[in-house]
Amino acid sequence: MRALTKTTWVELKLFTREPLTVLFTFAIPFVVLFVLGSVFGNAPPNPHVYRGVGTLNYYVPAYVALVVAAIGLIALPVHLAAYQERGVLRRFRASTIPVWSVFGAQIAATFVIEVLASAILVIVALAVYHTRSPQSLGEVIGAFFLGALTFGMIGLFLGLALPARAAQGAGVLLWFVMMQISGPGAPPEVLPTAILRVADATPLQHLVVLMQDAWFGFGWNNGEMLSLLGFLAGATALTIVFARRS
Amino acid sequence: MNAVIDVEGLRKVYGSTLAVDDVSFQVAPGEIFGLLGPNGAGKTTTVECLQGLRHPDGGHVRVLGLDPWAQRSALRRRIGSQLQESALPDRLKVWEALDLFATTTLSPSNREQLLEQWGLADKRNASFANLSGGQRQRLFVALALVNQPEIVFLDEMTTGLDPAARRITWDLIEAIGKRGTTVVLVSHFMDEVQRLCQRVAIVNHGHVVAVDTPEKLIARGARQLRVLFTWEGEPLAWLESVPHVHHVSQQENQIEIEGDGPVFQHVAAALLQHSIEPTDLRVERPNLEDVFLQIIGKAEEG
Ligand SMILES: Nc1ncnc2c1ncn2[C@@H]1O[C@H](COP(=O)(O)OP(=O)(O)O)[C@@H](O)[C@H]1O
Ligand SMILES: [Mg+2]
Repeated sequence: MRALTKTTWVELKLFTREPLTVLFTFAIPFVVLFVLGSVFGNAPPNPHVYRGVGTLNYYVPAYVALVVAAIGLIALPVHLAAYQERGVLRRFRASTIPVWSVFGAQIAATFVIEVLASAILVIVALAVYHTRSPQSLGEVIGAFFLGALTFGMIGLFLGLALPARAAQGAGVLLWFVMMQISGPGAPPEVLPTAILRVADATPLQHLVVLMQDAWFGFGWNNGEMLSLLGFLAGATALTIVFARRS
Repeated sequence: MNAVIDVEGLRKVYGSTLAVDDVSFQVAPGEIFGLLGPNGAGKTTTVECLQGLRHPDGGHVRVLGLDPWAQRSALRRRIGSQLQESALPDRLKVWEALDLFATTTLSPSNREQLLEQWGLADKRNASFANLSGGQRQRLFVALALVNQPEIVFLDEMTTGLDPAARRITWDLIEAIGKRGTTVVLVSHFMDEVQRLCQRVAIVNHGHVVAVDTPEKLIARGARQLRVLFTWEGEPLAWLESVPHVHHVSQQENQIEIEGDGPVFQHVAAALLQHSIEPTDLRVERPNLEDVFLQIIGKAEEG
């Protein structure tokens, strides 16, 4: 446990020493929100689109999920694959630090960063655009936690399974596709059924709905939770396989 | 011998590459033991199997009485490893690395002392990326020592260092040995192994072709002694009949005699009898390098 907290702390310090990464991580969701807010404003809700909650209200929880997905699918695998490629992981494996604490630190450190990035996004949305605040904070935190864990585990798997360049390519591609079809892009009401079916096979879709349901007070969505747990279990199994293999 | 490392018939295959075929040796407590061999001989693979970083495909390995693979976390606490190819995160600072690696050690940390001893005290706030090759190697050794290990594995640690840095490193390795820590030194430099190691295993193509003290290995090659002196008179054909002489050749005014055992003494006595007293009479003993090439060469023919 001491090893995990120490490695996590070190990872966070390393993150703050990459100013460009810090800037991108915290500025991008903010910029997107700003563009969106300028385009739509917080238009009065239309029951037929945006799940009936209004544009910006719809996007805030979806973007929180998107931030979690970006860091889990892109930042984490790139970081871990570089460790693998450069021999950093070998260094840790040969030391007394348990290798699981190095993996755990990736998830823990990205979790902290995701919390900060999401908090900035939400505070700006609430303060500037007066979007809806979470109806059930406990459920939102639960959804966030599950999402961060799921995407963190997918990130571990990608980072261990692929070389750094391929991990980056795969992460960006997956993230971009999910962004378009899984909720943070066009609202589900306007997407064709075929695409919605594909979206159903993406973890982001389930996280977006789980997060929105919690946010708008639609209640805790057990179906979405189970889907996410399925992705989490699959990613964990793959991570274990690849961690053993390397 | 109450061995701290016991390897018997170790074998490791990567796909279709037979990296280690049949490696056996033992290391006694407190020894500085060398693994010497050309690139690709299987040295790194061998020590990785001893460190519990790779699962052997065959053979019997015990390190400190433990099975390195099955009991790797117990083993890690008692050994230290500087790896041939490894790195730290670029922006990690020297003191942070030591602090991190000391987190899980049971013994009180000797971080400050290690920084001083390995010449890193003034680099404590430098990032890994900004360290020179020699500084990185010293940091890796300091990290390997942070848990006060019973055995340290050093793999090609002077490769890429300039001569002065190599000498400093040698002194430090000797200092580790003097404290009673067992050292396994992997190298392809003969001079390094000859100077530092009490015993050496010569590895070639995944096999141990010889294990002995450097002196005894050199003595094996003692058949190849050469006696040399300057001579400007008539050819000394009678030298051929002196005991232990195999071959005499003359190049301009240089006489070169190949022989074995006490050839030098016999040649000197015979020369005196003929009232020849060359002032530059000397014997050239083979060094580890000659012996190494000879042993590797024989293995190649066989
Ligand atoms: N991870 C690996 N995958 C495949 N082949 C490897 C791997 N590591 C080493 N080898 C091969 O195994 C042989 C022995 O390598 P190594 O143990 O590194 O030798 P040395 O340390 O003596 O130079 C070489 O032919 C090398 O190419
Ligand atoms: Mg090697």
